[in-house]
Amino acid sequence: MNFRSSVEIITEWDIVAARQLGRNEAKKAGFGTVDQARITTAISELARNIYLYAGKGKIEIERVSEGGAFGIKIIASDEGPGIPDLRKVMEDGFSTSGGLGAGMPGVKRLMDEFKVSSEPGVGTIITTKKWLH
Amino acid sequence: MPQEVGRQYKEIMKKYLESHSEEDLYVGQQFSRRFIEKEIAPEDVISIHKTALFELHPELRNEVWDSLDFLIEMMIHYGLTLREHQSLIQKQEAIQMEMNVATKVQDTLLKTKMPSVNGLDVGYISQPAKQMNGDYVYFLNHKHESGVAVADVIGKGIPAALCMSMIKFGMDGLSDENTSPRNVLGIINRIVEKGVDDSMFISMFYGKYNSEDTTFSYASAGHEPALHFDSRKDVFTELDAKGLLLGVKPDAEYEERSVVLHDGDFIAMMTDGVTETRTEEGFIDMHTIQNLLHDVKDKTAQQIAEYVYNHLASLQNYRLSDDFTIVIFKKEPEQV
Repeated sequence: MNFRSSVEIITEWDIVAARQLGRNEAKKAGFGTVDQARITTAISELARNIYLYAGKGKIEIERVSEGGAFGIKIIASDEGPGIPDLRKVMEDGFSTSGGLGAGMPGVKRLMDEFKVSSEPGVGTIITTKKWLH
Repeated sequence: MPQEVGRQYKEIMKKYLESHSEEDLYVGQQFSRRFIEKEIAPEDVISIHKTALFELHPELRNEVWDSLDFLIEMMIHYGLTLREHQSLIQKQEAIQMEMNVATKVQDTLLKTKMPSVNGLDVGYISQPAKQMNGDYVYFLNHKHESGVAVADVIGKGIPAALCMSMIKFGMDGLSDENTSPRNVLGIINRIVEKGVDDSMFISMFYGKYNSEDTTFSYASAGHEPALHFDSRKDVFTELDAKGLLLGVKPDAEYEERSVVLHDGDFIAMMTDGVTETRTEEGFIDMHTIQNLLHDVKDKTAQQIAEYVYNHLASLQNYRLSDDFTIVIFKKEPEQV
């Protein structure tokens, strides 16, 4: 039932494809225009980070329901260098100075739930959800 | 989305579209504070606008609605930046609170007791440029002698303040026979040399008044010269003695000199925050300070210190560019 679609991120154009997929899914899930834009922006940032720092990875998008709540789940995964200092990248101000765009704190703010796990040399997986209110 | 806010926004906008009046714009702007209070993101404001406009003028062309969607997209990053700023401001407030506590700790830790020996009037003022003081004044009392250390850590703020406690505990540990100015600086120099990294230097002036023979003896570790006012000749003399900054060389030696004080004489010891006061016309010179001191030569030691401070602080519009410290030792007739 939980249909999951995914986009491989290899070139910059794949970021656009991931955004498009995310916006369509968000719309189908019943999100309003502003939340569609937020979800799309979160996907865009995650995909961009893969493109810039890991080189290759994928974005998976899934509509989810939990205890009567409906929403959307995004999984961004890569086999890149990993994030050596997670506390640092979750800090406000760090992304702006490092040129990471909205950065992790931005994605976290755009969404309702956010989870990151990363291992240097192995890769990074970020799972984030947004619920319909 | 709070629908009440959307409804009110629509009413205000409707009025404006009919009236084009300044009054309705004013009302609208007052209302915009509600958005900020309720932490409504910029992209949501546009969405509220779009909804209101659609309810009032559904006949508008599709380009209008599409362009508003486009504008929402444009505002997402603005909204994020705004929230990041808000969270950084909260963090800053938290740091400020910690700083306030640290300042209190510093004040308690570095507390010093004003000396009271017969025939000597003492006054001082020490004001930090930033929140924490990198200047340090410490009085040492021993029977008929009053000593004072005036120190300045090169650099300002927290690192300088942390350094201070080292001087304080070094001074506290001095035994009575070691309180001659050259010995004090020699001992504190060894402590500082061992305890501080190479990038940190401290200048220090140590002066001691002996009430039995009314002499003031002093030594200096690369510090600003003190000023001696000779009331009989009505002139100022600089008091300087050879010596390296603290923390440069473990076996540095300090020259000790002395001067006899007469009633009405005073010594002004200060840090470079006083002598290097910068005004719009550039640095002030020693004459300015001498003139200020001369203006109030007949006042009490504390009044002299405060007069100099108030005057030089007002020259800088009360924004000190460096920590500011001045100590006055004034010889007064002995009480019987």
